[in-house]
Amino acid sequence: MSTARTIPPAPNGAAAGETPPPDALLAMYTTMLTMRRFDERVRDLSAAKAIPGYAHTYFGSEAIAAGVMAALRPDDWIASTYRCHGHAIAKGVALEAMAGELYGRTTGTAKGKGGSMHVSDFDVGMLGAFGIVAAGIPIALGAALTAMRKGTGQVAVAFFGDGAVHQGVFHEGAGLAMLWNAPVVLLCENNQYAEATAIEYHLNTSTIADMACAYAMPAERADGMDVVSAYAAARRAVERARTGGGPTLLELVSYRFSGQYEGDAQGYQPPEEIARWRERDPITTFERLAPERGISTEALARVADEVDRAVDAAFAAAERAPFPEPDDLFDDVYVSYP
Amino acid sequence: MRELTVKDAINEALVQAMEADPDVILMGEDIAGGAGRDDHPGALDAWGGPFGVTKGLATRFGRERVMDTTIAEAGFFGAAVGAAMTGLRPVVELMYVDFAGVAYDQMLNQAAKVRYMFGGKQKVPMVMRTVVGAGFRAGAEHSQTLYSLFTHVPGLKTVAPSSAADAKGLLLTAIQDDDPVVFFEHKRLYMEKEHVDEAPVPIPFGVAKVVREGRDLTIIAVQRAVQFSLAAAHTLAEEGIDVEIIDPRTYSPLDERAILTSVAKTGHVLIVDESYPRCSLATDIAALIADEGFDSLKAPVKRLTAPHTPVPFSPPLEDAYLPLAPKIVAAVRAQLGAGAAIGTRRG
Ligand SMILES: Cc1ncc(C[n+]2csc(CCOP(=O)(O)OP(=O)(O)O)c2C)c(N)n1
Ligand SMILES: [Mg+2]
Repeated sequence: MSTARTIPPAPNGAAAGETPPPDALLAMYTTMLTMRRFDERVRDLSAAKAIPGYAHTYFGSEAIAAGVMAALRPDDWIASTYRCHGHAIAKGVALEAMAGELYGRTTGTAKGKGGSMHVSDFDVGMLGAFGIVAAGIPIALGAALTAMRKGTGQVAVAFFGDGAVHQGVFHEGAGLAMLWNAPVVLLCENNQYAEATAIEYHLNTSTIADMACAYAMPAERADGMDVVSAYAAARRAVERARTGGGPTLLELVSYRFSGQYEGDAQGYQPPEEIARWRERDPITTFERLAPERGISTEALARVADEVDRAVDAAFAAAERAPFPEPDDLFDDVYVSYP
Repeated sequence: MRELTVKDAINEALVQAMEADPDVILMGEDIAGGAGRDDHPGALDAWGGPFGVTKGLATRFGRERVMDTTIAEAGFFGAAVGAAMTGLRPVVELMYVDFAGVAYDQMLNQAAKVRYMFGGKQKVPMVMRTVVGAGFRAGAEHSQTLYSLFTHVPGLKTVAPSSAADAKGLLLTAIQDDDPVVFFEHKRLYMEKEHVDEAPVPIPFGVAKVVREGRDLTIIAVQRAVQFSLAAAHTLAEEGIDVEIIDPRTYSPLDERAILTSVAKTGHVLIVDESYPRCSLATDIAALIADEGFDSLKAPVKRLTAPHTPVPFSPPLEDAYLPLAPKIVAAVRAQLGAGAAIGTRRG
């Protein structure tokens, strides 16, 4: 069996002195809980057919997006996948605009043209969510190239899954990133499944991080179920990129609690396995460790309350928002077209 | 009478083709379902592709013949070309035609050209099955109908069945055919039912089907447009307008004679396709009629397609996007109105 499924021990996690102060940690918790509550709503609305189309929830990987985004500057770029809700929330996309997009309303991030798989918001550094596996990797590389040419000091992060490492563009992107010494982080969310395919089947190196050897790229593998570990690892990669050290392949190990999409019966995931990983749920893990990290139970409760209200408000507003008019169909195909 | 859905008819064709010929193998992502968890009883055949079309096949034929691949379309499509050249008959699944981009080179430049550029000494008996179609609220990258991308290419054959019996018979032919065939399955037709013979009876390529006979106007309907056109025909019949519906079924080869014969009979033609209009099947067929059937036309050839935009997500936009029955009804009325006017003018 490959070791890709096992959580790496320290020192890959947060080293001593790397744990952020309580207020920063609480912000990460807020982000994680927002993702969780948002996607719980998505799950329910999807089951009730109130939200059209496919919905890919982020349950189990919340610590990754929260940790990585905490290591970024607001003007850094990310490129995401169809499983984009968590990334978008952590990068700061407005909940109401996201909910609006999922409902196909004019208030959505794409005015209803994109849907759940294609959230974007340039203003907060969210380049967009791409539905073709691995498509965002070279796009993030391109954003890194712009940052280099213009000397902005920005870093770009490409989010992709464990299954995506078999696509040509992952390898082509990795090779070019090294050649250009680009300020890019190849951020693999190893949630151990690519649709119905478990990582045991599809990965033939023992870890995804190992694949970086072929490109002489620095790589790291860390626990993606603990936000502090994810943050610490992301910080190392982001600092390397920002200080001219070039790309990093960062593998963060998590687990996909949900099916591939909402409605997928998940029959291929052994229930015991799901239960075992549930014990490492990033949110309950955080809550358990909160006291020793200097965060009170009251503070957690306050956050939970705020998050509930914010998510409620976002979906309520989205439900009230108008649908586009049929003629809106023709807008936005080109910038200009005579 | 035994009825099957399109999905089950395709499954049955695969079963019968695999039973008849041990060289037939399947490759695709999650077509067996639950790879890597063979220790878990729920894993095998948990999926069968996202729409369950290949469900049961891994249990029946084993994972050696129903092969789950990694997400490496260029890799396994190329492997299919090589395997086809050397004695197997691979049926590969491109989960959604929208992913054509990453698999396309092997189809466009290798599968399609091996026979010609090696002077007729090689053949590539492979089938690429893929899923097309809007109407699923699946957005711009999971809803396209890229028929023309493949029909454009000499060396590839293209098939787009609109019913269960056609799906079965045409897939059997595709697998037996010695050339590379692209087989389009419409996701919104998978659950449509009709009588399907249990016996494996291949349907030849290049033979259109007259879905409905009529005298006033010919509708050439591409795949799901057959469904829309039948609904429209019903409404039009109440107004005394009698349309003929032709389903070409295969686009390369194309049954030009059936199209021209029908146009000669009615003198009016509307081509309906949910694809992008530019360089499309609809445009191609319109050109054929303009070239070869001009003299029988009583009015200009009309196309009713999706607009030249990506497929939108929001339900009202996607509904406006598709050439649904009411639009067909309106187009037919306009077409016949125009025809009458022209007839008068020409005196
Ligand atoms: C090129 C391409 N092939 C296939 C698909 C269908 N598909 C969507 S998600 C997915 C699995 C991806 O798994 P992984 O990269 O691990 O990401 P996760 O969904 O686990 O986040 C597949 C095969 C696609 N979107 N694009
Ligand atoms: Mg995965």
